[in-house]
Amino acid sequence: MNVAELAQILDAKVLNPGVDLNREVESGYVCDLLSWVMAKGAPGCAWITVMNHMNVIAVATLLDMACVILPENIAIEQATLDKATEEEIPVLGSGKTSYELAGLLYAQGVPNPVK
Amino acid sequence: MPLIAEVFPVEKDDFVSAGEVSAKIKRTLKKLGVDSSVLRRISVCSYEVELNLVIHSLGGTIDFSVDEDGVTLLIRDRGPGIPDLDLAMREGWSTAPESVRNMGFGAGMGLPNMKRNADEFDIQSTVGVGTQILMKFHLKK
Repeated sequence: MNVAELAQILDAKVLNPGVDLNREVESGYVCDLLSWVMAKGAPGCAWITVMNHMNVIAVATLLDMACVILPENIAIEQATLDKATEEEIPVLGSGKTSYELAGLLYAQGVPNPVK
Repeated sequence: MPLIAEVFPVEKDDFVSAGEVSAKIKRTLKKLGVDSSVLRRISVCSYEVELNLVIHSLGGTIDFSVDEDGVTLLIRDRGPGIPDLDLAMREGWSTAPESVRNMGFGAGMGLPNMKRNADEFDIQSTVGVGTQILMKFHLKK
């Protein structure tokens, strides 16, 4: 499943359209502590977080993640989205909670991150 | 003689640029063809230490160098120094202020993450002077 397909399944909006959505989603993770994600995240991961600042993009970039997913219609600044586009990280937005989003990912057979 | 030697300054409380140095280091190493698992470990360490400089130090520098043996990150700050290193190295222990925690930092995972991901890790600190961290990563031959 790639990011475009994932967005469809989650009924999520791509907040930085124009970014490449062909990246394969290899795993899913939910966490808001950035160092925790640095320790546990993996390349190709779809990361669900309520954090919406620039450092989320830094973490996603450094770990070479597939995408970032913001739940509950959380707003994000355009500068942060521009940075995400520059780093080729799709940012998805959804009205669903982290719990619902994780449930949908899990139901699709998306596993935990494997390093 | 090192193939690459660069010094990056990192300023206190600069949350907007935080992560930029790590991104530069990652891009440079990627161009050199460094193995992705080693690249990931270096990225975790450089990011954690960069954020530590932003959150906890009065500012400092990251010396990044690459030679035949591997990649070296030498970090020096201008203080304030860490009073109890054993405590600072403990997972889950943090002195980050509430405002920083609200951004998702200050989990007390930074230094343990660095130690776990570097092939060699050394930290020295003197209160009132500063902290120095040396991390080395061996490259697969």
